[in-house]
Amino acid sequence: MIISVASGKGGTGKTTVSTNLALSKNNAQFFDCDVEEPNSNIFIKAELNKKEDVSVFYPSIDKDKCNFCSKCSDFCAYNAIAVVPSDVLVFPELCHSCMGCGLVCPQDAISFKERVIGRIEYGRKNGIDFFHGLLNIGEMQAIPVIKKLKKKIDKKRNVIIDVPPGTSCPVIESVSESDYCILVTEPTPFGLHDLKLAVEVIRHLKIPFGVIINRDGVGDKRVEDFCRKEKIPIILKIPESKKIANLYSKGIAIVEESLEWREKFNQVFEKINNEVKA
Amino acid sequence: MKEITVISGKGGTGKTTITAAFASIEKNAVLADCDVDAADLHLILNPSIKKTMGFHGLKIADINKDSCIKCNKCYESCKFDAIDKDINIKKASCEGCGVCEYICPVDAISMKERDSGFSYISDTRFGPMAHAVLKTAEEASGKLVTVVRNNAKKLAKEKNKDIIIIDGPPGIGCPVIASITGVDMVLVVTEPTLSAIHDLERVLDVSKHFKILPLVCINKYDINIENTEKIVKYCKENGIEIVGMLPYDTIVTDAMINQKSVIEYSKADLSKKIIEMWEKIREKIK
Repeated sequence: MIISVASGKGGTGKTTVSTNLALSKNNAQFFDCDVEEPNSNIFIKAELNKKEDVSVFYPSIDKDKCNFCSKCSDFCAYNAIAVVPSDVLVFPELCHSCMGCGLVCPQDAISFKERVIGRIEYGRKNGIDFFHGLLNIGEMQAIPVIKKLKKKIDKKRNVIIDVPPGTSCPVIESVSESDYCILVTEPTPFGLHDLKLAVEVIRHLKIPFGVIINRDGVGDKRVEDFCRKEKIPIILKIPESKKIANLYSKGIAIVEESLEWREKFNQVFEKINNEVKA
Repeated sequence: MKEITVISGKGGTGKTTITAAFASIEKNAVLADCDVDAADLHLILNPSIKKTMGFHGLKIADINKDSCIKCNKCYESCKFDAIDKDINIKKASCEGCGVCEYICPVDAISMKERDSGFSYISDTRFGPMAHAVLKTAEEASGKLVTVVRNNAKKLAKEKNKDIIIIDGPPGIGCPVIASITGVDMVLVVTEPTLSAIHDLERVLDVSKHFKILPLVCINKYDINIENTEKIVKYCKENGIEIVGMLPYDTIVTDAMINQKSVIEYSKADLSKKIIEMWEKIREKIK
Protein backbone atom coordinates (compact mmCIF):
# COMPACT_ATOMS: atom_id res chain seq x y z
CA MET A 1 0.00 0.00 0.00
CA ILE A 2 1.35 3.41 -0.97
CA ILE A 3 0.42 6.37 1.26
CA SER A 4 1.54 9.81 0.13
CA VAL A 5 1.60 12.88 2.38
CA ALA A 6 0.99 16.17 0.57
CA SER A 7 -0.25 19.66 1.43
CA GLY A 8 -0.34 22.45 -1.15
CA LYS A 9 1.02 24.99 1.31
CA GLY A 10 4.57 24.45 2.51
CA GLY A 11 5.45 24.13 6.17
CA THR A 12 2.14 22.64 7.33
CA GLY A 13 3.69 19.44 8.66
CA LYS A 14 4.06 16.93 5.79
CA THR A 15 7.42 15.77 7.07
CA THR A 16 6.16 15.58 10.65
CA VAL A 17 3.26 13.36 9.60
CA SER A 18 5.17 11.14 7.18
CA THR A 19 8.15 10.51 9.45
CA ASN A 20 5.99 9.85 12.51
CA LEU A 21 3.87 7.42 10.50
CA ALA A 22 6.97 5.58 9.37
CA LEU A 23 8.52 5.52 12.85
CA SER A 24 5.31 4.27 14.45
CA LYS A 25 5.34 1.19 12.21
CA ASN A 26 9.06 0.57 11.64
CA ASN A 27 8.58 -1.69 8.62
CA ALA A 28 7.90 0.74 5.80
CA GLN A 29 9.73 1.91 2.75
CA PHE A 30 10.04 5.68 3.03
CA PHE A 31 10.52 8.06 0.10
CA ASP A 32 11.28 11.75 0.56
CA CYS A 33 10.23 13.08 -2.85
CA ASP A 34 10.84 16.72 -1.90
CA VAL A 35 14.08 16.55 -3.83
CA GLU A 36 14.50 20.33 -3.81
CA GLU A 37 14.53 20.49 -0.02
CA PRO A 38 14.52 17.00 1.53
CA ASN A 39 14.22 17.07 5.33
CA SER A 40 12.85 13.69 6.37
CA ASN A 41 16.18 12.14 7.20
CA ILE A 42 16.69 14.77 9.89
CA PHE A 43 14.00 12.75 11.73
CA ILE A 44 14.59 9.20 10.44
CA LYS A 45 18.40 9.43 10.80
CA ALA A 46 19.23 6.58 8.44
CA GLU A 47 22.81 6.13 7.39
CA LEU A 48 22.69 6.74 3.64
CA ASN A 49 25.48 4.52 2.44
CA LYS A 50 24.08 3.87 -1.02
CA LYS A 51 24.09 6.57 -3.67
CA GLU A 52 23.13 6.67 -7.35
CA ASP A 53 23.50 9.59 -9.72
CA VAL A 54 20.51 10.84 -11.69
CA SER A 55 21.44 11.80 -15.23
CA VAL A 56 19.52 13.21 -18.16
CA PHE A 57 20.34 13.34 -21.87
CA TYR A 58 21.11 16.53 -23.74
CA PRO A 59 22.06 17.11 -27.37
CA SER A 60 25.58 17.46 -28.57
CA ILE A 61 26.03 18.87 -32.08
CA ASP A 62 28.63 17.75 -34.55
CA LYS A 63 29.42 21.09 -36.16
CA ASP A 64 31.17 19.46 -39.11
CA LYS A 65 27.94 17.75 -40.11
CA CYS A 66 25.58 20.60 -39.13
CA ASN A 67 24.34 22.85 -41.95
CA PHE A 68 22.68 25.34 -39.55
CA CYS A 69 19.22 24.68 -41.01
CA SER A 70 17.72 25.41 -37.53
CA LYS A 71 15.17 22.57 -37.74
CA CYS A 72 16.31 21.44 -34.27
CA SER A 73 15.79 24.86 -32.67
CA ASP A 74 12.45 25.29 -34.44
CA PHE A 75 11.33 21.93 -33.06
CA CYS A 76 12.56 22.43 -29.48
CA ALA A 77 9.62 23.44 -27.26
CA TYR A 78 11.94 24.51 -24.43
CA ASN A 79 14.28 26.99 -26.18
CA ALA A 80 17.20 24.74 -25.33
CA ILE A 81 18.84 25.14 -28.77
CA ALA A 82 19.58 28.37 -30.60
CA VAL A 83 20.99 28.47 -34.12
CA VAL A 84 22.84 31.56 -35.27
CA PRO A 85 24.24 31.95 -38.83
CA SER A 86 27.30 29.77 -38.29
CA ASP A 87 26.91 28.27 -34.87
CA VAL A 88 24.54 26.23 -32.68
CA LEU A 89 24.19 26.93 -28.98
CA VAL A 90 22.83 24.31 -26.58
CA PHE A 91 21.46 25.22 -23.13
CA PRO A 92 21.52 21.89 -21.28
CA GLU A 93 19.61 23.10 -18.19
CA LEU A 94 16.61 24.03 -20.37
CA CYS A 95 16.56 20.66 -22.19
CA HIS A 96 13.78 18.23 -21.21
CA SER A 97 15.50 15.26 -22.91
CA CYS A 98 12.66 14.59 -25.37
CA MET A 99 15.27 13.80 -28.06
CA GLY A 100 13.12 15.44 -30.73
CA CYS A 101 16.05 17.48 -32.08
CA GLY A 102 17.84 14.25 -32.94
CA LEU A 103 14.79 13.02 -34.82
CA VAL A 104 14.34 16.13 -36.95
CA CYS A 105 18.00 16.72 -37.83
CA PRO A 106 18.42 15.99 -41.57
CA GLN A 107 22.23 15.85 -41.27
CA ASP A 108 22.43 13.28 -38.48
CA ALA A 109 24.55 15.84 -36.65
CA ILE A 110 23.00 15.36 -33.19
CA SER A 111 24.04 12.77 -30.64
CA PHE A 112 23.15 12.69 -26.96
CA LYS A 113 25.34 13.01 -23.93
CA GLU A 114 24.44 12.45 -20.31
CA ARG A 115 24.84 14.90 -17.48
CA VAL A 116 24.21 14.50 -13.76
CA ILE A 117 21.44 16.71 -12.31
CA GLY A 118 21.11 15.12 -8.89
CA ARG A 119 21.31 11.88 -6.97
CA ILE A 120 19.32 9.49 -4.86
CA GLU A 121 20.61 8.16 -1.55
CA TYR A 122 19.31 5.34 0.59
CA GLY A 123 19.89 3.22 3.64
CA ARG A 124 18.18 1.30 6.46
CA LYS A 125 17.28 2.32 9.98
CA ASN A 126 15.23 0.38 12.56
CA GLY A 127 13.33 -1.59 9.93
CA ILE A 128 12.68 1.46 7.73
CA ASP A 129 14.12 1.44 4.22
CA PHE A 130 14.74 5.12 3.66
CA PHE A 131 15.23 6.80 0.26
CA HIS A 132 15.59 10.44 -0.66
CA GLY A 133 16.61 12.46 -3.70
CA LEU A 134 18.66 15.62 -4.06
CA LEU A 135 18.38 18.00 -7.00
CA ASN A 136 21.70 19.71 -7.68
CA ILE A 137 21.96 23.44 -7.03
CA GLY A 138 21.00 25.50 -10.08
CA GLU A 139 19.09 22.65 -11.76
CA MET A 140 15.46 23.24 -12.73
CA GLN A 141 13.95 19.82 -13.17
CA ALA A 142 12.98 17.78 -10.15
CA ILE A 143 10.95 15.23 -12.13
CA PRO A 144 13.79 12.94 -13.31
CA VAL A 145 15.07 12.67 -9.71
CA ILE A 146 11.58 11.83 -8.42
CA LYS A 147 11.11 9.25 -11.19
CA LYS A 148 14.36 7.53 -10.30
CA LEU A 149 13.38 7.48 -6.62
CA LYS A 150 9.99 5.96 -7.37
CA LYS A 151 11.57 3.10 -9.30
CA LYS A 152 12.67 1.78 -5.89
CA ILE A 153 9.08 1.37 -4.68
CA ASP A 154 8.09 -2.15 -3.67
CA LYS A 155 4.29 -2.12 -3.94
CA LYS A 156 3.94 -5.17 -1.70
CA ARG A 157 5.29 -3.22 1.26
CA ASN A 158 3.95 -0.34 3.28
CA VAL A 159 5.22 2.67 1.38
CA ILE A 160 5.17 6.24 2.69
CA ILE A 161 5.90 9.18 0.38
CA ASP A 162 6.76 12.68 1.62
CA VAL A 163 5.55 14.96 -1.22
CA PRO A 164 6.96 18.42 -2.07
CA PRO A 165 4.77 21.50 -1.48
CA GLY A 166 2.71 23.08 -4.24
CA THR A 167 0.29 21.64 -6.79
CA SER A 168 2.23 21.33 -10.04
CA CYS A 169 4.46 18.77 -11.79
CA PRO A 170 6.67 17.50 -8.92
CA VAL A 171 3.59 17.03 -6.72
CA ILE A 172 1.69 15.09 -9.38
CA GLU A 173 4.70 12.92 -10.14
CA SER A 174 5.11 12.14 -6.41
CA VAL A 175 1.48 11.30 -5.55
CA SER A 176 0.43 9.49 -8.72
CA GLU A 177 -0.10 5.74 -8.18
CA SER A 178 -0.69 6.24 -4.46
CA ASP A 179 -3.45 4.16 -2.86
CA TYR A 180 -4.20 6.94 -0.40
CA CYS A 181 -3.15 10.54 0.08
CA ILE A 182 -3.01 12.39 3.40
CA LEU A 183 -3.38 16.17 3.03
CA VAL A 184 -1.79 18.03 5.91
CA THR A 185 -3.10 21.52 6.61
CA GLU A 186 -3.27 24.14 9.34
CA PRO A 187 -6.45 25.91 10.42
CA THR A 188 -5.55 29.32 8.96
CA PRO A 189 -6.76 31.18 5.86
CA PHE A 190 -3.52 30.28 3.98
CA GLY A 191 -3.87 26.67 5.07
CA LEU A 192 -7.49 26.50 3.93
CA HIS A 193 -6.86 28.19 0.58
CA ASP A 194 -3.99 25.85 -0.31
CA LEU A 195 -5.88 22.80 1.02
CA LYS A 196 -8.65 23.55 -1.47
CA LEU A 197 -6.09 23.59 -4.30
CA ALA A 198 -4.57 20.31 -3.10
CA VAL A 199 -8.03 18.69 -2.87
CA GLU A 200 -8.68 19.65 -6.50
CA VAL A 201 -5.43 18.01 -7.59
CA ILE A 202 -6.01 14.79 -5.62
CA ARG A 203 -9.62 14.54 -6.84
CA HIS A 204 -8.38 15.08 -10.38
CA LEU A 205 -6.01 12.13 -9.90
CA LYS A 206 -8.86 10.08 -8.36
CA ILE A 207 -6.91 9.08 -5.26
CA PRO A 208 -8.80 8.49 -1.98
CA PHE A 209 -7.73 11.01 0.64
CA GLY A 210 -8.22 12.40 4.13
CA VAL A 211 -7.03 15.45 6.05
CA ILE A 212 -4.75 15.85 9.05
CA ILE A 213 -5.02 19.21 10.79
CA ASN A 214 -1.74 20.33 12.29
CA ARG A 215 -1.39 23.16 14.82
CA ASP A 216 -5.03 22.58 15.77
CA GLY A 217 -6.20 25.40 18.02
CA VAL A 218 -4.60 28.31 16.17
CA GLY A 219 -6.68 30.17 13.62
CA ASP A 220 -10.34 29.39 13.07
CA LYS A 221 -12.77 26.56 12.28
CA ARG A 222 -13.09 27.15 8.54
CA VAL A 223 -10.89 24.18 7.59
CA GLU A 224 -13.16 21.86 9.59
CA ASP A 225 -16.28 23.45 8.09
CA PHE A 226 -14.85 22.94 4.61
CA CYS A 227 -14.02 19.27 5.30
CA ARG A 228 -17.48 18.64 6.72
CA LYS A 229 -19.19 20.26 3.76
CA GLU A 230 -17.04 18.38 1.26
CA LYS A 231 -17.38 15.12 3.21
CA ILE A 232 -13.62 14.80 3.62
CA PRO A 233 -12.61 12.71 6.64
CA ILE A 234 -10.37 14.40 9.22
CA ILE A 235 -8.18 11.49 10.28
CA LEU A 236 -6.11 13.23 12.95
CA LYS A 237 -5.63 16.55 14.70
CA ILE A 238 -2.22 17.51 16.04
CA PRO A 239 -2.60 20.33 18.56
CA GLU A 240 -0.59 23.55 18.54
CA SER A 241 1.92 22.72 21.23
CA LYS A 242 5.19 24.24 22.30
CA LYS A 243 6.51 20.81 23.14
CA ILE A 244 5.79 19.40 19.67
CA ALA A 245 7.21 22.51 17.97
CA ASN A 246 10.33 22.26 20.10
CA LEU A 247 10.86 18.56 19.27
CA TYR A 248 10.43 19.40 15.58
CA SER A 249 12.97 22.22 15.78
CA LYS A 250 15.53 19.73 17.16
CA GLY A 251 14.79 17.03 14.59
CA ILE A 252 13.07 14.62 16.99
CA ALA A 253 9.93 12.73 15.98
CA ILE A 254 6.96 12.93 18.39
CA VAL A 255 6.43 9.15 18.45
CA GLU A 256 9.93 8.66 19.82
CA GLU A 257 9.07 10.72 22.88
CA SER A 258 5.49 9.67 23.47
CA LEU A 259 3.80 6.26 23.49
CA GLU A 260 0.45 8.00 23.26
CA TRP A 261 1.41 9.57 19.93
CA ARG A 262 2.90 6.31 18.67
CA GLU A 263 -0.52 4.76 19.28
CA LYS A 264 -2.29 7.66 17.52
CA PHE A 265 -0.14 7.38 14.40
CA ASN A 266 -0.59 3.62 14.42
CA GLN A 267 -4.33 4.18 14.42
CA VAL A 268 -4.00 6.51 11.41
CA PHE A 269 -2.22 3.69 9.63
CA GLU A 270 -4.94 1.19 10.52
CA LYS A 271 -7.70 3.62 9.51
CA ILE A 272 -6.15 4.14 6.10
CA ASN A 273 -5.46 0.44 5.68
CA ASN A 274 -9.10 -0.37 6.36
CA GLU A 275 -10.34 2.36 4.05
CA VAL A 276 -8.10 1.28 1.17
CA LYS A 277 -9.07 -2.37 1.56
CA ALA A 278 -12.75 -1.45 1.66
CA MET B 1 13.82 49.93 -11.02
CA LYS B 2 14.87 47.36 -8.39
CA GLU B 3 13.57 43.88 -7.71
CA ILE B 4 13.73 41.89 -4.48
CA THR B 5 12.41 38.33 -4.09
CA VAL B 6 11.40 36.79 -0.76
CA ILE B 7 12.29 33.09 -0.73
CA SER B 8 12.93 30.45 1.92
CA GLY B 9 13.74 26.98 0.63
CA LYS B 10 11.45 25.43 3.20
CA GLY B 11 7.77 26.31 2.93
CA GLY B 12 5.77 27.92 5.71
CA THR B 13 8.54 30.02 7.24
CA GLY B 14 6.64 33.30 6.71
CA LYS B 15 7.44 34.55 3.17
CA THR B 16 3.92 35.79 2.43
CA THR B 17 3.35 37.31 5.89
CA ILE B 18 6.57 39.30 5.50
CA THR B 19 5.90 40.28 1.87
CA ALA B 20 2.43 41.55 2.83
CA ALA B 21 3.96 43.54 5.70
CA PHE B 22 6.51 45.13 3.33
CA ALA B 23 3.66 45.97 0.96
CA SER B 24 1.93 47.98 3.67
CA ILE B 25 5.11 49.87 4.60
CA GLU B 26 6.55 50.71 1.17
CA LYS B 27 4.61 53.39 -0.68
CA ASN B 28 6.41 53.11 -4.01
CA ALA B 29 6.28 49.39 -4.81
CA VAL B 30 4.67 46.97 -7.21
CA LEU B 31 3.78 43.64 -5.57
CA ALA B 32 4.20 40.34 -7.42
CA ASP B 33 3.07 36.92 -6.21
CA CYS B 34 5.32 34.40 -7.96
CA ASP B 35 4.24 31.42 -5.85
CA VAL B 36 1.85 30.56 -8.68
CA ASP B 37 1.38 26.97 -7.42
CA ALA B 38 -0.20 28.01 -4.16
CA ALA B 39 -0.57 31.78 -4.21
CA ASP B 40 -1.66 33.29 -0.89
CA LEU B 41 -0.65 36.96 -1.00
CA HIS B 42 -4.05 37.96 -2.41
CA LEU B 43 -5.68 36.66 0.79
CA ILE B 44 -4.13 39.63 2.62
CA LEU B 45 -3.94 42.24 -0.15
CA ASN B 46 -7.43 41.54 -1.49
CA PRO B 47 -6.67 42.78 -5.01
CA SER B 48 -9.33 44.13 -7.34
CA ILE B 49 -8.54 42.66 -10.73
CA LYS B 50 -8.17 45.19 -13.56
CA LYS B 51 -7.01 42.89 -16.33
CA THR B 52 -7.10 39.11 -16.84
CA MET B 53 -4.94 37.33 -19.39
CA GLY B 54 -5.05 33.67 -20.41
CA PHE B 55 -1.86 31.68 -19.92
CA HIS B 56 -0.86 28.92 -22.29
CA GLY B 57 1.88 26.76 -20.92
CA LEU B 58 3.42 23.91 -22.85
CA LYS B 59 1.29 22.41 -25.60
CA ILE B 60 -0.41 19.04 -25.26
CA ALA B 61 -0.69 16.12 -27.67
CA ASP B 62 -4.15 15.31 -28.99
CA ILE B 63 -4.80 11.97 -30.69
CA ASN B 64 -7.40 11.45 -33.36
CA LYS B 65 -8.46 7.89 -32.56
CA ASP B 66 -10.20 7.48 -35.93
CA SER B 67 -6.97 7.87 -37.90
CA CYS B 68 -4.70 6.07 -35.39
CA ILE B 69 -3.41 2.74 -36.72
CA LYS B 70 -2.04 1.61 -33.34
CA CYS B 71 1.51 1.30 -34.63
CA ASN B 72 2.77 2.20 -31.13
CA LYS B 73 5.49 4.49 -32.50
CA CYS B 74 4.33 7.39 -30.33
CA TYR B 75 4.17 5.16 -27.26
CA GLU B 76 7.72 3.99 -27.88
CA SER B 77 9.11 7.48 -28.58
CA CYS B 78 7.58 9.39 -25.67
CA LYS B 79 10.28 10.06 -23.07
CA PHE B 80 7.76 11.25 -20.49
CA ASP B 81 5.63 8.09 -20.23
CA ALA B 82 2.75 10.33 -21.27
CA ILE B 83 1.15 7.86 -23.70
CA ASP B 84 -0.25 4.56 -22.43
CA LYS B 85 -0.34 1.24 -24.31
CA ASP B 86 -3.88 1.91 -25.52
CA ILE B 87 -2.61 5.18 -27.01
CA ASN B 88 -4.24 7.59 -24.59
CA ILE B 89 -2.50 10.80 -23.58
CA LYS B 90 -1.78 11.12 -19.86
CA LYS B 91 -2.46 14.82 -19.56
CA ALA B 92 -0.48 15.40 -16.38
CA SER B 93 2.65 13.75 -17.81
CA CYS B 94 2.74 15.33 -21.29
CA GLU B 95 5.44 18.01 -21.51
CA GLY B 96 4.42 19.16 -24.97
CA CYS B 97 7.65 18.26 -26.80
CA GLY B 98 5.91 17.29 -30.06
CA VAL B 99 7.89 14.11 -30.71
CA CYS B 100 4.72 12.00 -31.01
CA GLU B 101 3.23 14.42 -33.54
CA TYR B 102 6.43 14.26 -35.57
CA ILE B 103 6.78 10.48 -35.44
CA CYS B 104 3.17 9.53 -36.21
CA PRO B 105 3.08 8.07 -39.74
CA VAL B 106 -0.61 8.85 -40.30
CA ASP B 107 -0.80 12.38 -38.86
CA ALA B 108 -3.19 11.30 -36.14
CA ILE B 109 -1.54 13.49 -33.50
CA SER B 110 -1.58 17.24 -33.29
CA MET B 111 -0.20 19.55 -30.63
CA LYS B 112 -2.88 21.76 -29.08
CA GLU B 113 -2.60 24.89 -26.96
CA ARG B 114 -3.57 24.19 -23.39
CA ASP B 115 -5.31 26.70 -21.17
CA SER B 116 -2.98 26.43 -18.21
CA GLY B 117 -4.09 29.37 -16.13
CA PHE B 118 -4.49 33.12 -15.90
CA SER B 119 -2.31 36.07 -15.08
CA TYR B 120 -3.78 39.18 -13.49
CA ILE B 121 -3.02 42.85 -13.13
CA SER B 122 -4.69 44.34 -10.09
CA ASP B 123 -4.95 47.24 -7.72
CA THR B 124 -4.57 46.84 -3.98
CA ARG B 125 -4.80 49.29 -1.10
CA PHE B 126 -0.97 49.27 -1.10
CA GLY B 127 -0.39 49.72 -4.81
CA PRO B 128 -0.45 47.73 -8.03
CA MET B 129 -0.04 43.96 -8.02
CA ALA B 130 0.77 41.24 -10.57
CA HIS B 131 -0.36 37.70 -9.81
CA ALA B 132 -1.56 34.50 -11.42
CA VAL B 133 -3.36 31.21 -11.04
CA LEU B 134 -2.16 27.91 -12.45
CA LYS B 135 -5.01 25.52 -13.23
CA THR B 136 -5.23 22.15 -11.49
CA ALA B 137 -2.58 19.67 -12.57
CA GLU B 138 -0.99 22.02 -15.10
CA GLU B 139 2.72 22.33 -15.79
CA ALA B 140 5.04 25.18 -16.67
CA SER B 141 4.83 27.14 -13.46
CA GLY B 142 8.29 28.55 -14.24
CA LYS B 143 6.95 30.06 -17.44
CA LEU B 144 3.99 31.58 -15.59
CA VAL B 145 6.37 33.08 -13.01
CA THR B 146 8.15 34.83 -15.87
CA VAL B 147 4.81 36.19 -17.12
CA VAL B 148 4.03 37.59 -13.65
CA ARG B 149 7.44 39.21 -13.39
CA ASN B 150 7.09 40.81 -16.83
CA ASN B 151 3.64 42.12 -15.88
CA ALA B 152 5.11 43.58 -12.68
CA LYS B 153 7.88 45.33 -14.62
CA LYS B 154 5.36 46.86 -17.03
CA LEU B 155 3.27 48.03 -14.09
CA ALA B 156 6.29 49.59 -12.42
CA LYS B 157 7.10 51.57 -15.58
CA GLU B 158 3.52 52.70 -16.12
CA LYS B 159 2.93 53.72 -12.52
CA ASN B 160 6.41 55.09 -11.99
CA LYS B 161 7.25 52.75 -9.12
CA ASP B 162 10.89 52.13 -8.28
CA ILE B 163 10.77 48.75 -6.56
CA ILE B 164 9.14 45.36 -7.17
CA ILE B 165 8.61 43.13 -4.14
CA ILE B 166 8.23 39.50 -5.19
CA ASP B 167 6.71 36.78 -3.02
CA GLY B 168 8.59 33.67 -4.13
CA PRO B 169 7.79 29.95 -4.05
CA PRO B 170 9.37 27.35 -1.74
CA GLY B 171 12.07 24.98 -2.99
CA ILE B 172 15.11 25.54 -5.19
CA GLY B 173 13.94 24.29 -8.63
CA CYS B 174 12.32 25.71 -11.74
CA PRO B 175 9.78 28.21 -10.27
CA VAL B 176 12.33 29.49 -7.72
CA ILE B 177 15.00 29.99 -10.37
CA ALA B 178 12.43 31.81 -12.55
CA SER B 179 11.57 34.03 -9.55
CA ILE B 180 15.13 35.10 -8.77
CA THR B 181 17.09 35.29 -12.02
CA GLY B 182 18.13 38.88 -12.62
CA VAL B 183 16.73 40.35 -9.37
CA ASP B 184 18.85 42.75 -7.32
CA MET B 185 18.65 40.77 -4.09
CA VAL B 186 16.83 37.97 -2.32
CA LEU B 187 15.56 37.97 1.24
CA VAL B 188 15.72 34.44 2.62
CA VAL B 189 13.22 33.88 5.44
CA THR B 190 14.20 31.06 7.75
CA GLU B 191 13.30 29.78 11.21
CA PRO B 192 15.40 28.09 13.89
CA THR B 193 14.47 24.48 13.12
CA LEU B 194 16.93 21.90 11.79
CA SER B 195 14.76 21.46 8.68
CA ALA B 196 14.71 25.18 7.90
CA ILE B 197 18.47 25.51 8.50
CA HIS B 198 19.15 22.66 6.07
CA ASP B 199 16.91 24.32 3.48
CA LEU B 200 18.44 27.76 4.13
CA GLU B 201 21.89 26.45 3.28
CA ARG B 202 20.65 24.97 -0.01
CA VAL B 203 18.75 28.08 -1.07
CA LEU B 204 21.75 30.29 -0.21
CA ASP B 205 23.81 28.06 -2.51
CA VAL B 206 21.26 28.75 -5.24
CA SER B 207 21.55 32.53 -4.76
CA LYS B 208 25.33 32.18 -4.87
CA HIS B 209 25.09 30.08 -8.04
CA PHE B 210 23.12 32.85 -9.75
CA LYS B 211 25.29 35.57 -8.15
CA ILE B 212 22.44 37.32 -6.35
CA LEU B 213 23.05 39.12 -3.07
CA PRO B 214 21.22 37.31 -0.23
CA LEU B 215 19.96 38.84 3.01
CA VAL B 216 18.58 36.65 5.79
CA CYS B 217 15.62 37.09 8.14
CA ILE B 218 15.26 34.69 11.08
CA ASN B 219 11.54 34.42 11.76
CA LYS B 220 10.31 33.10 15.15
CA TYR B 221 13.92 33.36 16.32
CA ASP B 222 12.86 32.81 19.93
CA ILE B 223 11.37 29.31 19.48
CA ASN B 224 14.83 27.74 19.67
CA ILE B 225 17.64 30.12 20.64
CA GLU B 226 20.30 27.46 20.23
CA ASN B 227 19.36 26.93 16.59
CA THR B 228 19.13 30.71 16.06
CA GLU B 229 22.73 30.96 17.23
CA LYS B 230 23.68 28.27 14.70
CA ILE B 231 22.11 30.33 11.89
CA VAL B 232 23.85 33.50 13.07
CA LYS B 233 27.19 31.67 13.14
CA TYR B 234 26.63 30.15 9.70
CA CYS B 235 25.74 33.53 8.18
CA LYS B 236 28.73 35.21 9.80
CA GLU B 237 31.10 32.55 8.47
CA ASN B 238 29.70 32.96 4.99
CA GLY B 239 29.60 36.75 5.01
CA ILE B 240 25.81 36.92 4.79
CA GLU B 241 23.99 39.73 6.54
CA ILE B 242 21.04 39.03 8.84
CA VAL B 243 18.69 41.99 8.42
CA GLY B 244 15.97 40.91 10.82
CA MET B 245 15.19 38.68 13.80
CA LEU B 246 11.46 38.44 14.35
CA PRO B 247 9.82 37.07 17.51
CA TYR B 248 7.11 34.39 17.44
CA ASP B 249 3.75 36.11 17.81
CA THR B 250 0.18 34.82 17.47
CA ILE B 251 -0.86 38.15 15.90
CA VAL B 252 0.42 36.72 12.59
CA THR B 253 -2.50 34.29 12.45
CA ASP B 254 -4.95 36.84 13.88
CA ALA B 255 -3.96 39.40 11.24
CA MET B 256 -4.31 36.74 8.51
CA ILE B 257 -7.83 35.85 9.66
CA ASN B 258 -8.74 39.52 9.52
CA GLN B 259 -7.21 39.83 6.02
CA LYS B 260 -4.77 42.44 7.24
CA SER B 261 -1.01 42.70 7.15
CA VAL B 262 0.74 42.42 10.52
CA ILE B 263 1.65 46.12 10.26
CA GLU B 264 -1.99 47.17 9.78
CA TYR B 265 -3.25 44.84 12.46
CA SER B 266 -0.93 45.58 15.35
CA LYS B 267 1.71 47.92 16.68
CA ALA B 268 3.37 45.07 18.56
CA ASP B 269 7.11 44.55 18.75
CA LEU B 270 6.90 42.24 15.72
CA SER B 271 5.55 45.06 13.55
CA LYS B 272 8.30 47.43 14.69
CA LYS B 273 10.94 44.84 13.90
CA ILE B 274 9.56 44.31 10.38
CA ILE B 275 9.54 48.07 9.74
CA GLU B 276 13.18 48.30 10.87
CA MET B 277 14.06 45.36 8.63
CA TRP B 278 12.42 46.97 5.59
CA GLU B 279 14.28 50.23 6.24
CA LYS B 280 17.56 48.30 6.22
CA ILE B 281 16.65 46.51 2.99
CA ARG B 282 15.55 49.79 1.40
CA GLU B 283 18.91 51.29 2.27
CA LYS B 284 20.79 48.32 0.78
CA ILE B 285 18.84 48.07 -2.44
CA LYS B 286 19.55 51.70 -3.38
